[in-house]
Amino acid sequence: MALAVEIRDLGKRFGAFRAVDGISFDVAEGEIFGFLGANGAGKSTTIRMLCGLLRPTSGSARVLGIDVAKEPEEVKRRIGYMSQRFSLYEDLSVRQNLRFFGGVYGLRGAALAAREAWAVEMSGLAGKEDLLTGSLPGGWKQRLALACAVLHQPRIVFLDEPTSGVDPLSRRRFWRLIDAMSAEGVTVFVTTHYLEEAEHCHRLALIHAGRLSALGTVAGVKAVFRDHAVLEVAAPRIVEALETLARQPFVRDVSAFGTRLHVVVDDAAAGVSRVVAVLEAAGNGPATAERIVPSLEDVFIHHVQHEESRRREPAAGP
Amino acid sequence: MTKLRAVAVKELRQIRRDPLSLLMLLGLPAFMLVLYGFALNFDVRHVDLAVQDHDHTARSRELVAAFVRSTYFDLAATPAPGADLEDLTARGIARAVLVIPGGYGEELARGRPAEVQLLLDGADANTATTVLGYAGAVVAEANAEALRRTLMRAGGGEAVTGISYRPLVWYNPELSSTRFLVPGLMGVLLMLTAVLATALSIVREKERGTIEQLRVAPLRTVELILGKTLPYLAVSFLAAAIILLAARALFGVEVRGSYLALLAATLLYLLGALGLGILISTLADSQSVAFQGGLLVSLLPAVLLSGFIFQIRAMPAFLQLVTYAVPARYYLVILRGVIIKGSGLGPYPEEVAGLALFAVATLGLATLRLVREEA
Repeated sequence: MALAVEIRDLGKRFGAFRAVDGISFDVAEGEIFGFLGANGAGKSTTIRMLCGLLRPTSGSARVLGIDVAKEPEEVKRRIGYMSQRFSLYEDLSVRQNLRFFGGVYGLRGAALAAREAWAVEMSGLAGKEDLLTGSLPGGWKQRLALACAVLHQPRIVFLDEPTSGVDPLSRRRFWRLIDAMSAEGVTVFVTTHYLEEAEHCHRLALIHAGRLSALGTVAGVKAVFRDHAVLEVAAPRIVEALETLARQPFVRDVSAFGTRLHVVVDDAAAGVSRVVAVLEAAGNGPATAERIVPSLEDVFIHHVQHEESRRREPAAGP
Repeated sequence: MTKLRAVAVKELRQIRRDPLSLLMLLGLPAFMLVLYGFALNFDVRHVDLAVQDHDHTARSRELVAAFVRSTYFDLAATPAPGADLEDLTARGIARAVLVIPGGYGEELARGRPAEVQLLLDGADANTATTVLGYAGAVVAEANAEALRRTLMRAGGGEAVTGISYRPLVWYNPELSSTRFLVPGLMGVLLMLTAVLATALSIVREKERGTIEQLRVAPLRTVELILGKTLPYLAVSFLAAAIILLAARALFGVEVRGSYLALLAATLLYLLGALGLGILISTLADSQSVAFQGGLLVSLLPAVLLSGFIFQIRAMPAFLQLVTYAVPARYYLVILRGVIIKGSGLGPYPEEVAGLALFAVATLGLATLRLVREEA
């Protein structure tokens, strides 16, 4: 299987700050690859290096076989990129935006006209070509931005938080477009912090503090919970409950989810009764606990916490 | 070429979509020309003059007539002996008061020196200096006339004529300051609009995030810079044409020299201005910062350090050095030559070199900064 992206020990330092700290992974052609992480985790820095916008300070990255540090211009020619702000000209019409981005990628004449027609069809903007882009609803702008990003038919497209600020219905429609592109063999490299969206991806990478903390298929990443159970716990004083449970040896992980706690234990049935008992003994009752199917967010928090404790331990050890 | 054209066409469409900015780019220069042209008039004519004549002889009336005949002075009041003369200037009735003492005519008739006094409102030093000059000239002429008559009476006959002083002012015979100001205004206004328009257009892309998409696109820095500046170059040329038309229609200032020379100098000047605009845009992150920065580096030097209003030769040595980095300084000299004197670029090799150097420096620095921003 050909590789669309190959990253080896890729790093980017800004002064003393390591924004990306030696990450390595591959993305296969035609894959929808989700790149997850909190704001400031190194997501955008990585994607900017892959697009030839930032020069790596260590390691290497190849996109479609081209070294991003050596031939950034060649990379730019071959990829599509859509930023989280959609980056359309709001004071231009739909058609004028398409013509501009087509022209910037060297399209003209009949080729441009054909791609323009395709883009209007694909984004569902037929009959609205002469509307000002600024007057379109968010979901339409988003589809137009995607159309602009792939006008020149790149083999890979980078989407930097493409669904931020868009209603759920438009988001679903957007993901259908992504699936269709992937089916045609286009590689989609997408960052998001909507964890439910990550379920659309074939494979995921979690980045935390500049390092990769998990990599694999959605099922594989979730499999860390194969031998564990996640319990949703409710108690009157939730912060106090979190502190109480964090001290228990049988509790592997505990984190707050809104007004509830998610608690990771080895055995579901025994866990439920012990959690309730501990909380009520501490005078924090009535408490309830029930087993839930772990979400990606649970997985994410689990990985991040393990990454943090792994980093602390070597410093504390001999 | 396709890419460059795409950027330029997009830019033109955005300019057209924003009529307010276009109006500012094209209308403001003409408006400022009218404003400055009428307000910044250094000519002093029709100065209100009060005359206190204690003498009341033919000779004293002759002197007053000479003042009025010169057209520089209008007789505004004739205060009686003993009137409060300072009150006249304080209330703005007269800018100058001519006092002719009693016995003026008699002294002259006897061939003895006669004295007259000129009281002057010195609050506006520039005007006062000019008025002083005019009055001196009028009196000198009257003196010469008196001398000639005395000598003739003494039997000198026709032979006595003295020096006949006939100054001839070239290029601007009326010494009209409007003619002198138009080139300066053109320098100021073109610099202002070109720098601001370019700087704002790029910073706007930064603010709206569209610059990101431009950076990811396979655009060479040259394509981006040219695509961004060519439309504004065209608009600036249009603004220059409007200024020249307005100057001709309103003030009768015509271009005496070749339009080609004018075009070439303006092109060089604008290239430098556009480079400066891009340079500012690489330093500023918001439109308000770009606006203030642009105003500071374009308007102030072009007005204060270009020789537009203040003579460079009269500046302290340090400031004179600074003016060498102000492109308006060179542009102004060329424009005054081409517009007023009717010369070409030939007499101004240093000024042309100065403009070219400035353009190369700003465009070069702007390119470097843009390339570095990408890395």
